[in-house]
Formats: sequence, structure tokens, C-alpha cells
Amino acid sequence: MRWLRRNIVVFAGLLTLAYLILPNIVVMVFSFNNPAGKFNYSWQEFSTEAWQDPCGVADMCGSLVLSLQIAFFATIGATVLGAMIAFALVRYRFKARGAINSLIFLPMAMPEVVMAASLLTLFLNLGAQLGFWTILIAHTMFCLSFVVVAVKARVLSMDPRLEEAARDLYAGPVQTFLRVTLPIAAPGIAAGAMLAFALSFDDFIITNFNSGSTVTFPMFVWGSAQRGTPVQINVIGTAMFIIAVLIVVVAQLISSRRKHSAQSK
Amino acid sequence: MTDTQAGGDVRLSGISKNYGSFQAVHPLDLTVPQGSFFALLGASGCGKTTTLRMIAGLEDPTTGTVFLGDRDVTGLPPYKRPVNTVFQSYALFPHLTIYENVAFGLRRRGIKSVKKQVGEMLDLVELGDFAQRKPHQLSGGQQQRVAVARALINHPQVLLLDEPLGALDLKLRRQMQLELKRIQTEVGITFVHVTHDQEEAMTMADTVAVMNGGRVEQLGAPAELYENPHTTFVANFLGTSNLIEAEVVSTSAGKVVVSAADATLRLPADRCATAPTTGGKILVGVRPEKISLLHADEAAQITDGRNRLTGTITASSFIGVSTQFVIDSPVCPDLEVYVQNIERDVRLVPGARVVLHWNPEHTFGLDAAQDIDAGVETVGESAS
Amino acid sequence: MTATATAAPAAEPGVVHKRSLRRKLVPYWLLLPGILWLVVFFALPLVYQASTSVQTGSLEEGFKVTWHFQTYWDALTEYWPHFVRSVLYAGTATVLCLLLGYPLAYLIAFKAGRWRNLLLVLVIAPFFTSFLIRTLAWKTILSDSGPVVDVLDTVGFLDITNLLGMTDGSRVLATPLAVVTGLTYNFLPFMILPLYTSLERMDSRLHEAAGDLYAKPSTTFRKVTLPLSMPGVVSGTLLTFIPASGDYINAELLGSTDTKMVGNVIQSQFLRVLDYPTAAALSFILMAVVLIVVTIYIRRAGTEDLV
Repeated sequence: MRWLRRNIVVFAGLLTLAYLILPNIVVMVFSFNNPAGKFNYSWQEFSTEAWQDPCGVADMCGSLVLSLQIAFFATIGATVLGAMIAFALVRYRFKARGAINSLIFLPMAMPEVVMAASLLTLFLNLGAQLGFWTILIAHTMFCLSFVVVAVKARVLSMDPRLEEAARDLYAGPVQTFLRVTLPIAAPGIAAGAMLAFALSFDDFIITNFNSGSTVTFPMFVWGSAQRGTPVQINVIGTAMFIIAVLIVVVAQLISSRRKHSAQSK
Repeated sequence: MTDTQAGGDVRLSGISKNYGSFQAVHPLDLTVPQGSFFALLGASGCGKTTTLRMIAGLEDPTTGTVFLGDRDVTGLPPYKRPVNTVFQSYALFPHLTIYENVAFGLRRRGIKSVKKQVGEMLDLVELGDFAQRKPHQLSGGQQQRVAVARALINHPQVLLLDEPLGALDLKLRRQMQLELKRIQTEVGITFVHVTHDQEEAMTMADTVAVMNGGRVEQLGAPAELYENPHTTFVANFLGTSNLIEAEVVSTSAGKVVVSAADATLRLPADRCATAPTTGGKILVGVRPEKISLLHADEAAQITDGRNRLTGTITASSFIGVSTQFVIDSPVCPDLEVYVQNIERDVRLVPGARVVLHWNPEHTFGLDAAQDIDAGVETVGESAS
Repeated sequence: MTATATAAPAAEPGVVHKRSLRRKLVPYWLLLPGILWLVVFFALPLVYQASTSVQTGSLEEGFKVTWHFQTYWDALTEYWPHFVRSVLYAGTATVLCLLLGYPLAYLIAFKAGRWRNLLLVLVIAPFFTSFLIRTLAWKTILSDSGPVVDVLDTVGFLDITNLLGMTDGSRVLATPLAVVTGLTYNFLPFMILPLYTSLERMDSRLHEAAGDLYAKPSTTFRKVTLPLSMPGVVSGTLLTFIPASGDYINAELLGSTDTKMVGNVIQSQFLRVLDYPTAAALSFILMAVVLIVVTIYIRRAGTEDLV
């Protein structure tokens, strides 16, 4: 009993973890289901049919490719713009800092639906054609702040003397940036970019408002929740999960091995 | 090489720096002779680092001009100045190997074949085997040597060192002081060294400028500064001084006679930083190690012509080579006396009555119109 | 090098000035594109939405600004239950996230040892599957007379939630409980990560010091750990509450018509009913509510530096 009390945090924590992981397990298990009707909500029988034909549902893989494209370009846009802002915020003094900080903070402190709706009023008023470009603009906008935060944290922890040292060693402003600032800030920029990619790829609410008749992958899943959920959705979800976990594990292994070999040298 | 060129002095003319309304450095004229080892010494916030950064070009002076030799470099950005810096905590590029760190300056100046030079430089600082490591894999002392190599390889006209040994432990610091001195003698480049450690400044530098509150208080050779401080700040900041407030009784034939409480003291007029006037106040100073200590019973042994004071021991601490006593005397409640550990008098314990005496030649005089405690290191302020 | 030391000083000030002016402009060039993007696609839309909310008209004839503030009043009187639900569901989900997330963050920060990285990956891993797919999985998990619901029913959990009006009979799906479960699940990682960051930063010797100074483990937690993790609690709470209050996905997928939140109304007014003024007004009221709640909360919790 005392043992139980002493480890109560461990049990509570693991229960929460189970709660977090459970849906992923369900998604994975149901990717092998052979549902009776149009909806894949209750277990019928084991089948690998969906795995053998992941693109067997009309339009699904197209929407997946579209989501990847948008995420790719939105990531580039948000990362470039966001990193520039982060550098300016940390490394320079300028006027209206408070206003700029609020402008960056507010998109993160606002329910997505508000941003989505207001952006739609802008596009409607301008008579813009909703589709790929409006989605891209919207995604770049809401990913930007997150990139700023990630890059800012990294640049803040960077010793300003490193840049001074570079300038002292005959590197002009451009050289200093390329040879010292950028490589050292790279992990922060990469973190920001990854976050932007994930946010954009998985975004539904803002896309829902500003996509017109264009269908991204989350939009496809949303639609299928109304019309019928093909097993292939679970296949894609599971595949994404496995690929991402593999990338994380491999990255961990590489970094720990590099650290290890560096120490033993 | 630029460093062998005649007239390679660093000359600061009327240079100052303001941050808003705060004046970090007051207008300052300073000449660092070519080939010398020059130290800017002072507590944190005294303007020494700002001065150094203005020489490096990392800070624009508010007024004044920086000359390297005959060339005015005030408007040149750091990357166009033939000056290199060893930064505080080194600022080694964490993403580059030691080799690439050292080669950085050469490469930026467009030099293609750097291998031989980098190799030689790494050998000079005895790090030849570490070329392919990253900075974080090196110890503090090794990183420090990389920082020196990275700057020196460019054969700058002047090498600036900003608290280069601050992050090292005491033993290593001693070792590196000698090492840096050796390198400086070997390469013959002008070194300008910023430090808050008076011992470090005195060990290494030919000339020391003591800075306080954005001004240079005194400039000179270490021994000169130590023996003949001109201000209470220098007297207290460089080592320890016993300062006694006294009244001038007479001045004649190069001798000044003063009185303080029950004692009469003498000192040479040429060791007074201010012209003493009869009846005026003066601060009389003497270093703790110049004072001899005798138990009161043996006061008769003291020869005439020496300055003498009486008092009571309030504290003593034995530190091996010497014993440090604090003595309560009518002229000053906490006189410090360092007695060499040659023959220890067991009667010299707290509470004992003693007589202090010293050669009047070892006494110096300071203007009484200044803070007697200026430059005294207080607890919490003392940087490691 | 020429030996004309005397001539040099006069030419000096101009050079310094020019250089520092150019340097002063650098931050503005860096800020310009990104800030412009945010102004045009974040701030300006809010202005457009504000103007839309006081327009009247119809789709066919077009909308005109008539300063018709009545729309706000009408929207509030008609949809106040949705606002109440939004705040209630999001608030409940936030509290649940804190209660569930804290032990896990604590476990990872202090007790996990060499499992720490694995546990962190497991917390972030769900993100890798599209959250709509994961939310749909809850339909399976909470399905009527499924194992989960059976257990909840047997242990009497559903009796309690029935009393609270969160469930109805032995059904979980299409009830407030299902929506809150989904919201809690979706935003839990946003609670755990800031909590973990603030806990991990803590010196574990503080626990030993507290124990050394006669604090029981529970006292140590109350007097040392919890106060020091407050920045994490504050930012975690905001990161959970803000998106949860505007969410309409969980209410749509897991709830029923009786569990619709204000997000659902805004979505349908904008995209189906095409009543733009009402939708804009609702969206503005939601924004105001969230900003007020957040401001009060930050003031009281005292953590200004969130970004």
C-alpha cells in the first residue's frame, strides 16, 4: 500500500499517457478492419486490403499531395519571414517593439475560428478566388508567430560575442551572418520549420474557411466523417505516425552516436 | 608584417562613450606604445571593457579618435581593423572545429592555403593534436589558448584581451599568465589586456592604467603604481594600504612631518601626491608588508628615525608564508600588518599590546579630500 | 600608410554617422516583410470583420455598413447558450488537462530517468497522426455499449455524470462528456509540454533542500514545486483554453445538436447560412470574451512574459 502511495505519480502519469496513446492504437488497429458499412467505427474482421491499396479511395491521395505542397511552401514562407523577425527582435533596438510583440503574440492568443472567419471576410471583400493561394497565405500567417517564438528562443541563448568575434576576425556583416549566426541559429530555425510544417499540414479550421472547393487532407477526413470513412484514412494516419516516429528515433540515434564518438575521440 | 612597422602605437585621443545620459568613458587620452603589454585595470563597470571595444571597433566612440600608428581607424568597422580580440569566455564558434576556428580570420581575408599557418599556430599554443575537435570538447585552459591562437594567427597590429583568464581557476590562471607573457615576448605584438584582477595586471603588464568611474586614475609601471599610488582608489585597489588621516605639522628639506592622534609620523615630500601645507590635512599611507611588529615589551629596540605607532592586536590569521594581523590603534581602528613567517613571536596573539614601526621612506601621502575607502573590495563585489 | 595624423579627425564624424544610420535601418528591413504579412492577413481582416459585423443586407443585394449594432444583441440573445457551452466545455477541458497533465509532466521531468526521451516522444507522437483521424477514433472508443462505456457504467461513473448533466443514460457519444473528452484529449499535449519545460528547468536539489528543511513530500510539492511551475501552468492553461473555446470539431464529430459550441455557429453562419454580419459579430464577441478571460488570468497569475 505504501509502495502504491509513493508511486502514485507514476501511475497517474502512465494513465494519462495511455489516454494520449489510445486513439493512435485504435487508428492503427482499425486500419486492418474490414468494415461492414461505409463507416469504419466498429470492428468486423481482420483485413490487409486497405494497406495493399492505400490510394484506392477517390481523391484522397490527391488531397494528401496538396496538403504536403501547401505545408512545404507555407513552411518556407513562415520560416523565412519569422526568422527575420526573430533576429530583428533579439539583435536590434528599434521603435514600436511593444506593438510588434503584440502583433506576433495575438495570432497565438486568438481562437483559430476568429482568425479563419476574419480572413474569409477579407478575401470575400477583395473578391479573391478561394483555393490554393488563399490557403497558403492563411497558413503562412498563422505559422509565422510560432516560428518567431522558436527561433527567438535559440537566438536569445546565443552569445552575442560570437558575432562580434566573427566581425573582429574580418568577416563583414554578410559573412558574419552566413558563417556564424545562421549555422548556430539553425537548430532553432529547424524546430520552427518543423512546427510550421506540422501545424500547416494538420490545420483544419482555417483551411475550412478559406479553401473554397479545394480539398486538403484534413478537409477530406472531415468530409468523409459525413459521407463515410474509408479504412485508407487509418492507413495514412498509421503510416504518418510510423514514419514520424522512425524519423525521431533515427535522429536520436544519430545525435547520440555522434556525441558518443566525439567523446571517445 | 604590420607588427614590425615603426610607429605602431595605439593612440586614443579625447575618446569617450555615452549610453544615453550615462557616461561610460569620460574623454580620455591614452597612448599604448608599440610592442608593449598594456593592462587596463579596474572594477566591473569602470569603462575598461568599453575602452577596449572602441579600439576593436565593436563600439562607436561618442567623441574622439582612435589611431593605430598614424592611421585614423575610428570610422572603420571591426572587420577592417588590423586588430584582433580574445573575448571574455572566448566566444569560440561552437559549430566549427578548432582548426576552422583558428583558420576563420585567414579565410575571411581570402587566404586559400591556411594549413601551414594554422598548424604552426596550433603548435605555438600546444594544441596540435586537437585540431579536429569541437570547442566544447576542450577544457577551459585549452579553449583559452584556441582563442589566443585564433586572434594571433592574423598577425594583428594590436591584440586585445578582454578578461581572458576570468573563467579559469586560480592555478590555471597563474599558468596562463606566464604563458601569455611568453607568447607576447615571442611575437612582439602590442597586447592590450583588460582585467579586474590587480595581481594579473601587475604580473603581466609593462604598463598598467587603473580605471575608475570611466576615468584613468593613474598610469604607470606596476611597481611604480604599487609603491606610489596617487589616489586612495589606486592605493586600495592595488593591494592593501593602511591610510591614516593626519595633520601636517611642518614641511622642510623634503621632509613632511604630520601628526595623527598620539603619533608623529614623517614621510618624504616627493612621495606626496598633493603639495602638503602646514596645518592642512593629508592621508598618510603605508603598505602592510612594510611594517614591522614588536611586542610592547620590546619597544625599546626600535631605532630612532622610524615611524612608530602603538596598538592592540584584534585579529590574526596565519596563512603560511606570513601572518596577517589587524591592529587597533588610536590613529586607525584596523591597521593591517603582514609579518613574514621567519621567527614567530608567540606573544603576538589577539589582545596583545604591540608597537608598529617602519621606515619613513616607505610612507606615501595622498590628498585628504577623497573617499578614504575608495577601491576597497567589499564582500560580494569581489569577482572570482 | 601616410603620416598625416593631424588631418584625420576632421573627416571623422560624417563616416560614423553614415555607418550608424545604415545599421539603424537593418532591423526595419528584417521586420518589414513578416510584419506586413501579419498586418495584411491578420490585423486588417479583423478590421474587415468589424465592419462586416455592423453591415446589413443580403447576399443578392450585397452588404452595406449601416452601423447596425443590433446584430450583436441579436446574436447574443439567440446564441448565448452556445457561448456558455464554449466557456464551460473549454474550462472543464482545461482543468482536466491540468489534472491529467501535471502528473505526467512531473513523471517525465523527475522520475523517468533514462526513459525520459521515450516518454517525451510518446507525448508528441499523437501529433503525427492527423488530429481529425484521432478524433474520429474516439467515436469508436466511446461507442455505445463498447467496453469503455460498459466499464464507466458498471463502476457508476456515468451515474455521476448523469447527475451533472454531462451524459444521458448509458450513452457517452453525442453527450457533453464526449465533447469534453475529445477537447481534453486534443489539447492535452499543449498543457503537458509547457508544464514539463517549467518543471525540467527546476533544480532537483530544491526537493532535497525542502526535505532537509523538514517539509513532507506533499508540503514540498505545495510550497516549492507547484509555485515554481506556475509559469508552465499559466501558459499551458492558456494554450489549452484558447483553442478549445473556439473549437468546433469535437462538438461536430463527437457531440449532438445539443452540444454545439459557438465555433459551430460561426462556422455554419459563415459557410452554410452565409449570414456574414451575424457570423462576424459572433466571432468578435468570442474574441472579446477570450481576450478578457486571458487578460484577467494573466494579471492574476502574474506571468507577463509568455512568449
